[in-house]
Amino acid sequence: MNFKENIRLAWEGIRAGKMRAFLTMLGIIIGIASVLGILTLGDGLTGSINEQMSTLGATNIYVMLQSKSTEREGGMRAYEESDLITDEMIADLRSRYDSSIDYVSLSVSLASGTAKDGDLYANVSVSGINEEYFAANDMDLLRGREINTEDIDSNRMNAVVSDKLVEKMFSGDEQAALGSEIVVYTSFEIYTFRIVGIYKYEQTIMNFSMSAEADVQTDVYIPLSTAKQLAGADDGYASITIVANPEIDSANFATVATNYLNKYYADNQNFRVSSMSMESMLSTVDTMMETVNIAIAVIAGISLLVGGIGVMNIMLVSVTERTREIGTRKAIGATNGHIRIQFVTESVIICLIGGVIGIILGTALGYFGARLLGVTAFPSLWHIALAVGFSMAIGIFFGYYPANKAAKLDPIEALRYE
Amino acid sequence: MPKTIIEMHGIRKSFYIGEPHELEILHGIDLTVHEGEFVSIVGASGSGKSTLMNIIGVLDRATEGTYTLDGEPVEDAGDDELSAIRNRKIGFVFQTFNLIPRTSAQLNVELPMMYAGASKRVRAARAKELLEMVEMSERALHMPNELSGGQKQRVSIARAMANDPAILLADEPTGALDSKTGRLVMDLFHKLNKEQGKTIVLITHNNELAAETDRIFTMRDGVLSEGEAVR
Repeated sequence: MNFKENIRLAWEGIRAGKMRAFLTMLGIIIGIASVLGILTLGDGLTGSINEQMSTLGATNIYVMLQSKSTEREGGMRAYEESDLITDEMIADLRSRYDSSIDYVSLSVSLASGTAKDGDLYANVSVSGINEEYFAANDMDLLRGREINTEDIDSNRMNAVVSDKLVEKMFSGDEQAALGSEIVVYTSFEIYTFRIVGIYKYEQTIMNFSMSAEADVQTDVYIPLSTAKQLAGADDGYASITIVANPEIDSANFATVATNYLNKYYADNQNFRVSSMSMESMLSTVDTMMETVNIAIAVIAGISLLVGGIGVMNIMLVSVTERTREIGTRKAIGATNGHIRIQFVTESVIICLIGGVIGIILGTALGYFGARLLGVTAFPSLWHIALAVGFSMAIGIFFGYYPANKAAKLDPIEALRYE
Repeated sequence: MPKTIIEMHGIRKSFYIGEPHELEILHGIDLTVHEGEFVSIVGASGSGKSTLMNIIGVLDRATEGTYTLDGEPVEDAGDDELSAIRNRKIGFVFQTFNLIPRTSAQLNVELPMMYAGASKRVRAARAKELLEMVEMSERALHMPNELSGGQKQRVSIARAMANDPAILLADEPTGALDSKTGRLVMDLFHKLNKEQGKTIVLITHNNELAAETDRIFTMRDGVLSEGEAVR
């Protein structure tokens, strides 16, 4: 008897009880489909998060003030001007680690408000930035120019606005927008800026907003010095972004830079600086997804175990029902091995068919689930191979006991069975 | 002198039924059947007839005694060897036909050849030939549940003949058939015996059928004797 005949024999057995075989498969189908679906979805999400985060700058290091009071007695307190990171500290850091730092991006948030021109309006947030901000944050300038050192040195009332704002306020006419003035109304003040450049607004997970498309708030960038002047005496930063040289280990450099800056905070009772590198955040996301995957694998293991027990149960029933057939087969010359392989093959085929249906459903589940979240995802070949291998292993493992029971039946007893 | 197919000496069979008793069903049986003979074994139920049949058909081993089937001693054969002996040397015909359900007549006939390892082509050709012999060619692709009792028995005889066995071992082959169909089945056995010289052992409790055979053995209380039982 060869392999093909074994499969044919087993197939006859399955065809004999299609509904039952399907119900048996259901456990495997649901198990495989849910695992593959969730894995696919998870992979898609991880991929898209990684991609989005790395467009934000994989070598970015965020340095921010952190209250020391969580480590000491007493509650949190707000920082004062004397606690802020100063231009001097930044200049020192730059000169000390010049080769490691590509850019330092500085920004000061001035106010949120509305740019108005008659009936036209756009929600904006006004921020002062340094000349490195655009390069550091990988922003796309569509027209005009960025905020430059000249703007900053002479506190000019120039602004770079988003294409979204231009669309709303100037019906998308970028040529007309350049050189025009916009008037921004905040709660307390009215500012007038001259548009010198237009950047491309991009929605990322960092500025994700639930507002209606028309009300989305975009940034208006003005010179850092102008913002400070308009805001009053604020002469420091609660947070800065350092873009590390891609050649160096940015996670490592984050620690070095933090330690360096913390020398200035040795005597500060309330604050110090801490940092977060994009690289370490990415690896945090990866670790998190890995943990989730392990959890899924465990749940999957349990659900497939239950499915496997279902298969074993049905195979045992099938062996009992076909006792007479087994006796007949033995009488006409089947060896124990022939009987065993027939039933194991049957169980493997049931599990494999279940596995394949599960893979199809799981792929669909993962794909459409990911599409709802705006991600394109397909299961990896490795996951598919694993699913096929796993369903086969279940078939063998849970089919062996019933098959062995069938093989060991006494032919005389089996032939007498009613 | 024709070849000896079945040679049994001092066959005993006991079943262990718990301390301290052993129940002996067969009390030393001698049986010799030659090639081309058509013999019958009759006996009431409980006489040990079925036990003897299981030993002749090597479904079971004797507790004591020697049994040589077609020149091959079977006492010391292992399970797989017994399977192989059944496969090649014995053609079973059962009272209840025992065709494999949901499997066509053709494939049922092919099955013993499949277990013997014959190629698909050889099997198909031989099965066709055998079904023709039992006049079941037109029903070759029918499933057992689409066949009448007599038709099923004819397919099962074709299956028994598949590997050209040394003996056909028929256990009440007409027991589940009406007399007319039973007659046709008996005629088929006679035909196989006359035309192909097939050795046939018929197990029955029907003395009329037994009377048609060359020799009659009677089983009574675990002892086999030649000749018809005196009633």
